[in-house]
Amino acid sequence: MAVAESLMQGSARSEGLRDTLARRAEAVVIPALALLAGLVVFGLFLLTQGKSPFSFLYYVWQGAYGSAFSWQNTLSRAAPLLMAALCVALPARLGLVVIGGEGAIVLGGVAAGALAGPLAGVTPVIALPLLALAAMIVGGAWIGASGALRFYRGVNETIASLLLSYIAIALMNHLVEGPLRDPASLNKPSTAPLVEGLRVGNLPGMEVHWGLLFGIIGCVVSWVLIERTSWGFGARIAGANVKAAQVQGLPVGRLVIGFTALGGAFAGLAGFFEVTAIHGTANASLAAGYGYTGILIAFLARHNPLAILPVALLLAGFDASSGLVQRRMDLPDAAVVVLQGFVFMAILISETLYGRFDIFHPERRAR
Amino acid sequence: MAGDLGLWGIPVAIVGGAIRVSTPFLFVSLGEVLTERSGRINLGLEGTLVFGAMAGYGTAVLTGSAWAGVLVAALAGVVFGLVHGIICSLPKVNDIAVGIAMMLLGSGLAFYFGKPFIQPTAPDLPAIALGGWSDLPQVQAALNVNVLFLIGLALALVMAWMFRSTKVGLTLRVVGDSTDAARAMGLRPAVIRTLATAAGGAFAGVGGAYLSLYYPGSWNEAISSGQGLMAVALVIFARWNPVACFWAALLFGGAGALGPALQSVGVTKGYYLFYAAPYVLTLGVLIATSSTTRALSGAPGELSITK
Repeated sequence: MAVAESLMQGSARSEGLRDTLARRAEAVVIPALALLAGLVVFGLFLLTQGKSPFSFLYYVWQGAYGSAFSWQNTLSRAAPLLMAALCVALPARLGLVVIGGEGAIVLGGVAAGALAGPLAGVTPVIALPLLALAAMIVGGAWIGASGALRFYRGVNETIASLLLSYIAIALMNHLVEGPLRDPASLNKPSTAPLVEGLRVGNLPGMEVHWGLLFGIIGCVVSWVLIERTSWGFGARIAGANVKAAQVQGLPVGRLVIGFTALGGAFAGLAGFFEVTAIHGTANASLAAGYGYTGILIAFLARHNPLAILPVALLLAGFDASSGLVQRRMDLPDAAVVVLQGFVFMAILISETLYGRFDIFHPERRAR
Repeated sequence: MAGDLGLWGIPVAIVGGAIRVSTPFLFVSLGEVLTERSGRINLGLEGTLVFGAMAGYGTAVLTGSAWAGVLVAALAGVVFGLVHGIICSLPKVNDIAVGIAMMLLGSGLAFYFGKPFIQPTAPDLPAIALGGWSDLPQVQAALNVNVLFLIGLALALVMAWMFRSTKVGLTLRVVGDSTDAARAMGLRPAVIRTLATAAGGAFAGVGGAYLSLYYPGSWNEAISSGQGLMAVALVIFARWNPVACFWAALLFGGAGALGPALQSVGVTKGYYLFYAAPYVLTLGVLIATSSTTRALSGAPGELSITK
């Protein structure tokens, strides 16, 4: 490992700043173009529906970033999306495609909602971290199970994690309609409402809850973990070639379970904030689709935790503006899902473009 | 005596339910067998299933013909399959990820175009009463078998024969087992895989049409809850064998019928847990049949999911 690192440093020193920038630019320019292509295809789709793509963009701008209120709405939605995207991006470093974050969000939320009752009398300084911890443990166990099944049994983690997510939602329905149901919740079965002290408030000077800050911290910490620690280095090696990693003596099993569990813990934390900051109780609203949007965000960010920050802000904006777009343009709410689908397709198609343009590869020009 | 089967009502309801619920599993899994035998995996069949359900229902509402609905659903499935197949033919594109995106796009388009069809009612697909020999209404209801179920059974047998002893079947198997060998024989793997994915999409579309035109027999946004995805897992369990897919689909159908069957005899507690039975069963089957050390027997060699 030491040899590899010194080699990397050596090559970094020998190449100029311009070359480094050219190399880095590929990972920014191609996804940006893909995003644009997805938007253009969606614009053409709108034209076939007799709607104007430009008024769509205008209402997205208004609904997502046009006023203080819309910024609040966008940022509140960005918080769970940041954490849901980490649930995809962290396992992706090991070459795993985990798509069951929705289940970890839901069960993390249920764990927080269920424990809030017994902890109602405890001082919030102690109770809130305990609730968050419980949500993270449950979420981590749920996604970590997909990783463990992958490592020990060779079960495909994509299918397993989505199945676990369906099971999680059924479990949530069972718990909030049965054992954990607050008898006072008539129309929408829920757990007992949280006491005021256990409600997480807003960030100072903003109408956005603390989850946003924790989401940002999560992304930064994940970036450091992946890019600047030996665990992250090991994970990247194992992601590229499992056999090589095992020959090197890397603890592949611990890495697989650790990274999937950490991703799940972030998703569980998202559920904690949804319950303590938004809903004030755990119910079916927890399955709001953040887990699925998080998949798209992680792919758009190419599984780079820092890139998740701007991408989540963008997709949270689409989400936040969907109500306004619906009302003003008379479009079904599914229009946002169609848009997400087109963008997702475009970003996957763009994978084929990497390495094809010499402008991003200065070493080829030199030859 | 009629109407008083007591606890015997549960197995009868499960058998009837298995036949009713299994048909979409059967069609999607047969389509996925076709695709996977050619060496690709299409996780997007969940989206195709949902879009097929909407397209089939919408067409049946507009034309008054349930069979026209089935046809349009199949054609829509072909389009989705072609899109998946062509995109996956590009170098460096991951077929599993494209499947996830197609899941999203298929459901999104279905919900978008399906809004006007939530209210109106469409004609049902016909069923054949095979339970006339019994006096019991429950047995008669259970053996009221839809035509598509029988078509699916016939398709499974035809596909098994096709893979075993026709040129088309052997070509698919060669392409699925080794891209290099296929190229050496002068075959074009990318084209064959794309066609196999398109045909598989058609099957999934028909499965969707069954959902909206027969059982449950209406169109709404919750029409499928992962049946398309479970069918993909079911293919692994059935070891890429069409006839085994038929039995596996019946098993999964039975698990899916457990919740409603218990509800029908008056069990109201915890039935959400029974609704999770098909997912738990799928996961259990995956755990039991996967392995880290040996390649799965019967698996096409080029399949990314088993590597």
